[in-house]
Amino acid sequence: MTVLIDNKSGVAIYEQIYTQIKNQIISGSLTEDEPLPSIRNLAKDLRISVITTKRAYDELEKDGFIYTLPAKGCFVCPKNTELIKEENLRMIEDHFTKSVQLAVQSGLTRGELIEIFNFALEEMK
Amino acid sequence: MNAIEVKNLNRRLGDFFELTDIDLTLPKGYIMGLIGRNGAGKSSLIKAILNVMDFKGQINVLGKDVDLVDKNKIGFYSSEFTFPEYLSVKKIENLMKNIYSYWDSDMFDAYMKQFDIEKNQRYGSLSKGMKTKLALAIALSHNAELLILDEPAEGLDPVARDELNEIIFDFTRSENHTVLISSHIVSDLEKICDYIAVMRDGRIVMCDEKDAICEKYVIAQASVEDFNAVPYEYIIGKKETPYGIKGIVVREYAPDNAVITEVTLEDMFVYMEKEAQAEDESYAD
Repeated sequence: MTVLIDNKSGVAIYEQIYTQIKNQIISGSLTEDEPLPSIRNLAKDLRISVITTKRAYDELEKDGFIYTLPAKGCFVCPKNTELIKEENLRMIEDHFTKSVQLAVQSGLTRGELIEIFNFALEEMK
Repeated sequence: MNAIEVKNLNRRLGDFFELTDIDLTLPKGYIMGLIGRNGAGKSSLIKAILNVMDFKGQINVLGKDVDLVDKNKIGFYSSEFTFPEYLSVKKIENLMKNIYSYWDSDMFDAYMKQFDIEKNQRYGSLSKGMKTKLALAIALSHNAELLILDEPAEGLDPVARDELNEIIFDFTRSENHTVLISSHIVSDLEKICDYIAVMRDGRIVMCDEKDAICEKYVIAQASVEDFNAVPYEYIIGKKETPYGIKGIVVREYAPDNAVITEVTLEDMFVYMEKEAQAEDESYAD
């Protein structure tokens, strides 16, 4: 597992941990039922507050990415394909919104935008 | 369980209010940083918690009234710590073995090795940094569950301070281990602490989770008009120039069109103290 903390990014540290672990679960580099480091040890290794790491784990658990076994620790949940699809859909919408904003700023027509979209689709084949 | 519970702590010396209405809770397994200017009452509070000073109020340490707590379980460091210059480190260790019931020689040896201190060296031959490290090693070598450190970073170079932080992190890997640490080096406390308490004039003026403090407030820079539209109670402190105002405000009440940057604990502390100073001066007028 890789967790890199950027103190100057302006993104809350618990959020950085949450996003990085979540991405590794979605990408499959953290696999089903894999144990995660304990809240305390992760905090001490990253040299951050225990409260911060606990919050990241709480959010991951709430969103269904990890589960806790009392006295055993935290583990990666079985991959929830629906959840991941939902997450990806959200990201796709986000990227499209940004692309359209940029296109409008640059004065692109609807036709030109669709052309770019079709081209990108062709490239994938 | 709470490692330290202070309720309604007061202490007066004649007309001087040394400590006033202090309430403080430090849960077991966490690190709390105590910040304040010289004379704010940090050392007095620590002395009360160590039960070496009279006070009014209630203090519980490790689940027991402070009168009844097993002192072996408290590791204490103060920069006032000193030993006779001619004693060797070995002799000092022998003294400590007689003082503490659960002295751990292996642990002490390991620290001496880590700190590059030879046991036949005399206390007087050690540098200031080495003396601090020796005193820390003693505090850590008698199976204490609560570590109370009064200004441990004082006089340490940046590398030694980093080692100190490392030691504190490792100590709190066990959830039974708690640390209360006072320091002037706010940036170090920001790195290691779970909770922060700020003292001024013998009172605790702010006490919260470190993350909560840094999340609640931001540094905002805005034009004089925009900044002055922020209600007074949401401003922690500010600095005015002819070209605008820079200040710390509650995030949701940041002025319109402000340039926002994240707040550090050091900013927070400096702005708070400056504001208090300005208020005192305006009362004096």
